[in-house]
Amino acid sequence: MITKFFIGLKKNALLPFLSFIFAFFIGGIIIVVSDPVIMGQLSSPGKFLTSAASRIGNSYLAIFQGSIYDVNLARESGFFRGFYPMSETIVTAIPLLFAGLAVALAFRSGLFNIGAQGQFIFGAIGASYVGFAYELPPLIHVPLVLIAGIVLGGLFGGFVGLLKAKTGAHEVIVTIMLNYIASLFILWLLKTQAFLREERQDPIAPEVNSSAQLPKLLGGDLRLHLGIFIALGVTWFVWWLLTRSTLGFKFRAVGANSNAARTAGISVPFVTTATMFISGGLAGLGGAVHLIGTEYALTAGIAGSIGFDAITVALLGQATPLGTLLGALLFGALQTGSRTLLSNTGTPSEIVQVIQALIVLFIATPMLLKRVFRLKNSIESKSMTAKGWNG
Amino acid sequence: MPLELKGISKSFGNLQANNQINLKVGKGEIHAILGENGAGKSTLMNIVYGLLQPDSGEILVDEKLVKILEPADAIKYGIGMVHQHFMLIPVFTVAENIALGREKSKFGIISFAEIKTKIKKLSDEFKFDIDPDAIIEDLPVGVQQRIEIIKALMYDAKVLILDEPTAVLTPQETDELLNVMKILKSRGTSIIFITHKLREVRAVADKITIIRLGKVVGTQLPSASQEELANLMVGREVDLAPSKAAFNPGGNVLEINDLSIFNDSGRKVVSNLSLNIRAGEILAIAGVQGNGQSELARAIVNLEKHKSGSIKLDGKEILGSTVRDSLRAGIAYIPESRELDGLISTFSITENLILDVHDLEPAASRGQLNRSYISENATTLVKEFDVRTQSIEANSSSLSGGNKQKVVLARELSREVKLVVAAQPTRGLDVGSIEFVYEKLLAERANKKAILLISSELDEVMELADRIAVIYKGEIVGVVDSDVSREKLGLMMAGIK
Repeated sequence: MITKFFIGLKKNALLPFLSFIFAFFIGGIIIVVSDPVIMGQLSSPGKFLTSAASRIGNSYLAIFQGSIYDVNLARESGFFRGFYPMSETIVTAIPLLFAGLAVALAFRSGLFNIGAQGQFIFGAIGASYVGFAYELPPLIHVPLVLIAGIVLGGLFGGFVGLLKAKTGAHEVIVTIMLNYIASLFILWLLKTQAFLREERQDPIAPEVNSSAQLPKLLGGDLRLHLGIFIALGVTWFVWWLLTRSTLGFKFRAVGANSNAARTAGISVPFVTTATMFISGGLAGLGGAVHLIGTEYALTAGIAGSIGFDAITVALLGQATPLGTLLGALLFGALQTGSRTLLSNTGTPSEIVQVIQALIVLFIATPMLLKRVFRLKNSIESKSMTAKGWNG
Repeated sequence: MPLELKGISKSFGNLQANNQINLKVGKGEIHAILGENGAGKSTLMNIVYGLLQPDSGEILVDEKLVKILEPADAIKYGIGMVHQHFMLIPVFTVAENIALGREKSKFGIISFAEIKTKIKKLSDEFKFDIDPDAIIEDLPVGVQQRIEIIKALMYDAKVLILDEPTAVLTPQETDELLNVMKILKSRGTSIIFITHKLREVRAVADKITIIRLGKVVGTQLPSASQEELANLMVGREVDLAPSKAAFNPGGNVLEINDLSIFNDSGRKVVSNLSLNIRAGEILAIAGVQGNGQSELARAIVNLEKHKSGSIKLDGKEILGSTVRDSLRAGIAYIPESRELDGLISTFSITENLILDVHDLEPAASRGQLNRSYISENATTLVKEFDVRTQSIEANSSSLSGGNKQKVVLARELSREVKLVVAAQPTRGLDVGSIEFVYEKLLAERANKKAILLISSELDEVMELADRIAVIYKGEIVGVVDSDVSREKLGLMMAGIK
């Protein structure tokens, strides 16, 4: 019965879905094991099981309430306010989605772009400068800021592609190094005269002018901003690029078999460079949207761990645009839900990171899932085409 | 009777791969199993070797009913198998590879001395001349195959299964292998020889079982004629000596002058080569694998980077232009490895058919794929080139070898071309597909196209070519007419003028 239901799911979605379920299952065990109070009740199994079950139930309920809809908040300040967590979830998911799409696109061309973090930072830098240094009408200012993000992120990524195309330098090593460069560069940049905020000595740039800020959609303290539509539009664009455009055809051909692509006259160096430019541009756009949608002021920690979580998100989404969208929403929900976890239930919020890590682990080990769920050959991951070291 | 199969059936989904197959292999008998690709030969052998389980049927070894659940069982019952793709570790020595998986160790230490003596003994017996300390990847394919044979014999195999053993061999190596089979036979070893090559079957087999669509369709003696065997195998009349239109060459289409090619490590693989091909002419390059002919084919479409000299197509220099421009200048290129270079296995047939023209009108306009044209194009080509597939949206990896090659041919020949470069176009194909490839190449010849055929199959070269250029160590030894004797060609391929 259960197996039938799983097989009914689209094959592509099955692996991430099962990983998700299994990660929550193991996460539950870890919640219990890491709590000395519950473990202390082991001598009376009945009591132990009830308190373990209630702790796990409460923790996951708290994550849900903290990320989707908060009943308590609704009771206090009205039905609509209950959606505050969902707004936060989406706000968290937006930058993850851009960076995730960047990683997914590169995957499909056979490239492993670890550098979304650095490209995201450079996009945010470009957006920040254009945002605070100029005063323009919003209809011109916002697009200009976004273009600045795309161009800076794109150049930072495209450089990697060019290096690989010309010299064969491996993109993984280069992007890892460029991530360090980006996070140190932004530290330096924030101390320069151009980025220094008046009457402040700490590394924080001026806020972007209000003409460059993305409008909030819901008012009040709900932070959901216009970036959601840009994000959805870009998701559609990446889908179109990969499945409908001639450029995406080249990308996929090189990703799936670069020898055959080359033999058919497709230029592999061109594809490598173009992919990394567009991939970097997507991450850079993410940085720009994040900056003018939620942060407004550039700080050294602007990217948090977004560029790295993006790799997981793309992996979870099987490197497809729609999958990445779902992956970003899931991660947005987990991270948002973790904020109130400790205060509400006593479960450490780090459990969410454990669950995220478990999801990746299970996606990377389909054989394990097959054993656990007794599936036969119904798990496939075919669109992931990034290669190892020698690719 | 060392091995007997009774009523073996096996199906995969709707496909009946084996249907009530009976087979008796006598002691010291070379029993050939002849069949096209996809006829069910490999399925049957995988069942015998324990890699697959039959749905029904019995296996008898020495008249006793046995269950073979895994290869270890097969080995226990004295059944050895040499796979089409060798199961050797390239960076290990011969002795290490042979020791692998059956290490008889004393306190965790493998006695290599013992293994080496045994290898030497077997090697001498068959005049194999194998150095147990050689590294596998340094050895030619033919020698690697001998190591696989020795590996099987080390287990004291009474029945040896050889799966398409000659597919990877040069004519000389093939002859040597056939001799080895005769020696094995005289020792009392039974051999199951899986192949689709008629000449070889008739040369060594004692008995021939022909399989078509999973069923035994006949048992013949080697005295049967080639035509008889081919007809049984394919299920209809086949024409292995296709009729050629009268030879009436036009002007030069391809002129190569003083071409030298260097590989990535800077070694010269083709030196100062010159040749020309006229319209309506097939020029074959004959030679043992690895004498520079692969690089020559790749260089013509500029897939090889390091080269000097001149390659002119219709009088226009194309050396040094991009692959894309070379193809668009009017070259159809059928690469040596259709799996590696010809097709993208995870792409659909439809997508594979537009790999070369995906960004040109009418397949695309303004950067967007024209999906209705692309799928019409696939429907037309699949029909025209008789590609057997469930759907045009199926991945090319789902196709048999012959159908894969048809997809490559369909793509390359549907462009406007002046020159066809066909590198080993029938390698690993069955009779039906080979016939098809010949037909298409000859049709191009009749259409006044120039054709460069690179092949290590002597029969093919002599059948199709108008002129034959023999290549040895990157140089043309000589150019002869197609009525040359096999012996003369063989000598030239060894570098003797």
